[in-house]
Amino acid sequence: MITTEIDEILQRHPNAGRSSLIPILQEVQEAQGYVSKDAVVQIGRHLDLPAAKVYGVATFYNQFRFAPPGKFHVQVCRGTACHVKGSAGLLEAIQQILKIKPGETTRDGLFSLEIVACIGACGLAPVISVNGECYAKLTVEAVKGIIDEYREKATNDQA
Amino acid sequence: MTKLNDKCCQACWHDWDHPCPDLIECMSAGPICHDSEPCRAKRQAAIAKLRREVISDPVIFVGTGTCGLAAGAGKTLATTKQWLEEKGITAEVVEVGCIGLCAVEPILDIQMPGKARVSFQEVSADSVGDLLESVMVNAQLPSEKVLGQHRPADGSALEPWQGAAWLDEHPFFAPQTRWVLANCGIIDPTHIEEYIARGGYAAIAKTIRSSTSAELCDEIETSGLRGRGGGGFVTGRKWKFALNTPAEQKYLICNADEGDPGAFMDRAVIEGDPHRLLEGMAIAAYGIGASKAYVYIRAEYPLAIKRLHEAIAQAHQYGLLGHNILDSGFNLEILVKMGAGAFVCGEETALINSIEGKRGMPRPRPPFPAVSGLFGKPTIINNVETLANLPGIALNGAEWFSSVGTAGSKGTKVFALSGKINLTGLVEVAMGTKLRQIIEDIGGGIPNGRKFKAVQVGGPSGGCVPTEHLDIEIDYESLKTIGAMMGSGGLVVMDDQTCMVDVAKFFMNFVQRESCGKCIPCREGTRRMLEILQAITRGRGRETGSDALDRFKGVMYLQRLAEVIRDTSLCGLGQTAPNPVLSTLRWFRDEYEAHIYERRCPAGVCTELLTYRIDPEKCRGCTLCAKKCPSGAILGAPKSPHYIIPDKCIGCGTCLEVCRFDAVIKE
Repeated sequence: MITTEIDEILQRHPNAGRSSLIPILQEVQEAQGYVSKDAVVQIGRHLDLPAAKVYGVATFYNQFRFAPPGKFHVQVCRGTACHVKGSAGLLEAIQQILKIKPGETTRDGLFSLEIVACIGACGLAPVISVNGECYAKLTVEAVKGIIDEYREKATNDQA
Repeated sequence: MTKLNDKCCQACWHDWDHPCPDLIECMSAGPICHDSEPCRAKRQAAIAKLRREVISDPVIFVGTGTCGLAAGAGKTLATTKQWLEEKGITAEVVEVGCIGLCAVEPILDIQMPGKARVSFQEVSADSVGDLLESVMVNAQLPSEKVLGQHRPADGSALEPWQGAAWLDEHPFFAPQTRWVLANCGIIDPTHIEEYIARGGYAAIAKTIRSSTSAELCDEIETSGLRGRGGGGFVTGRKWKFALNTPAEQKYLICNADEGDPGAFMDRAVIEGDPHRLLEGMAIAAYGIGASKAYVYIRAEYPLAIKRLHEAIAQAHQYGLLGHNILDSGFNLEILVKMGAGAFVCGEETALINSIEGKRGMPRPRPPFPAVSGLFGKPTIINNVETLANLPGIALNGAEWFSSVGTAGSKGTKVFALSGKINLTGLVEVAMGTKLRQIIEDIGGGIPNGRKFKAVQVGGPSGGCVPTEHLDIEIDYESLKTIGAMMGSGGLVVMDDQTCMVDVAKFFMNFVQRESCGKCIPCREGTRRMLEILQAITRGRGRETGSDALDRFKGVMYLQRLAEVIRDTSLCGLGQTAPNPVLSTLRWFRDEYEAHIYERRCPAGVCTELLTYRIDPEKCRGCTLCAKKCPSGAILGAPKSPHYIIPDKCIGCGTCLEVCRFDAVIKE
């Protein structure tokens, strides 16, 4: 159950003060993939903070999502080096293939798309990362291949 | 004796409950407490083994930093292990950090017993089998794969390979001065003893035994070390503010929130040599009298975070962190805090707010964090590279450090070389090195025979340096004179296919998104600047009269707006936000003018400004382009030449892509 999972996380931070807010939010997102409405309220109660404050902090940072991500979370690096090497085209291509915009999840729940500022592999630009696995020196064709690969993986998993 | 900190004999009295002040010297040059030749030999042998000067089995090193993994090092590693198992060969496989030459990753090194270590480039999972076969079985070096062999240390018995070039003579490495990156890609980052065997933790041992905090601050100030994170403030002077502020608790924060897109040296240091950072932090904490330190690190760097946690645990185990370090009475706890993705948190006060669990918004200074920072206590914030420089200074002295560099900027600087350049990667050079040398000699010039246009220095706060200023000697001051700044040291190279207006637009888009929204000049001003740039690069197909008027008004106000943002923003992010626009306007005004007056993008990047026409000679009238055109801008009867209506064209380029007769011309 979702709520017990959050309880467990909160129990790991007994007598926590405000400085534990961001670590708790990070743990919740790590466990559930996103920060749900219930989680915000529960965290607020635990830390004795209004839910609005918790939500205010959570929305300030790019890391937190408020909707469940897809099975495969695609992050497109939009750092300077990647930009110069054509990451705008990659992003465009991924949007066309998946038919979603950054911040959205495909209707089948397989893919979600996110723009990140920099993955830190500028020497191998342009890069994307799928569920934390990085793919380097990409072209539009290569991106198509990678997404197909994950689609196939999903169908195999189901079968 | 299997571990360095094991007792060499019964006379040895090291005990973790009673830390020995001479522990580090004892481990590397000991024993100190008793004189015994066999014990000394035992310790020397252990060190030689850790430095891999004496090995019994072959050792295979795979560079598995984030960049290496992205290039496929994970698969190379798996295939290597599988190959060894199949052939029944015993060899040690070591995962190391990034040696810096990202362009030719995955990099794999092999060291055969008695022979020098050799680095090989572009070792993919497909080619690793052949490589291992040739080196380990046939003792032959395939020349096309050899990057270079590592020069054995003086007095080492390792025999060099015949006919293989030296790694330190490779054009990428030869001009470098590797201090901060010395161990990256060489040692096993998960193994504290390898760092100790290479002189690690000797600096902190020496410092806490022989200097007071005030003396250390003086020494660091004399060395001329300046903040490597961007500001360039003299580190020792900053420390003194905190040292001289009485408080029962002081904090040190390591800023590893490397938010500058285009910079990744902090990640590489933490992944490849985390103990250097920890030692630097211990020295800094001792200098300011802090007993608690934080590493504020980006959540986007999972591997670096893992390495950091491992390293902290090991340092605790060896008594180099925690309570009563080396029996000196000095205590230090290091905590890791993950950032949550906000560029503005690179600003000191915003970072402090973020650690306190608030929105990462800056606050007005003074009071400076050195006086009243985290939880209202004196706090010093230093960047990873700054801290990683400290062990060298503390060990070798201020003079050693200041012997390298220019009048105002001492030591070395790590640059992250990326973009349109042959050899991308991390480069550490002495301050005062010419930009041209970094780009042409170390970076190997521009690929595909294109022409160099500019290099962007210092990320979103920096500026572009054009060809005519490439001979500038890099230091904090010289870069400011040409409208750029050191920043954290990202160097993104651009060729003639990069549009400078587009680059400026990219940075404004970034800064506008990352502006925290607290002060109006930054929040509103950067958005207005972005809108002006967007208007310049937008197609004019559907432009109304008032749009055109707005566009021209915007162009007229751009420079003034930039100056107002620079002069009135609260924090460094806002004050430097207009730099990309100001610097591109200064050096590439002609490109802006081409966009504004001639409605064209000389580099062919701004798609909406491109015009497409159909060559009637080549068009067969297949109607494909007319069908695919999203705006219905193409007219023509089947089997007769088609025509693009310029006013309707949105410049998407679809017609160019679909035409099978090369009849569409892009201008």
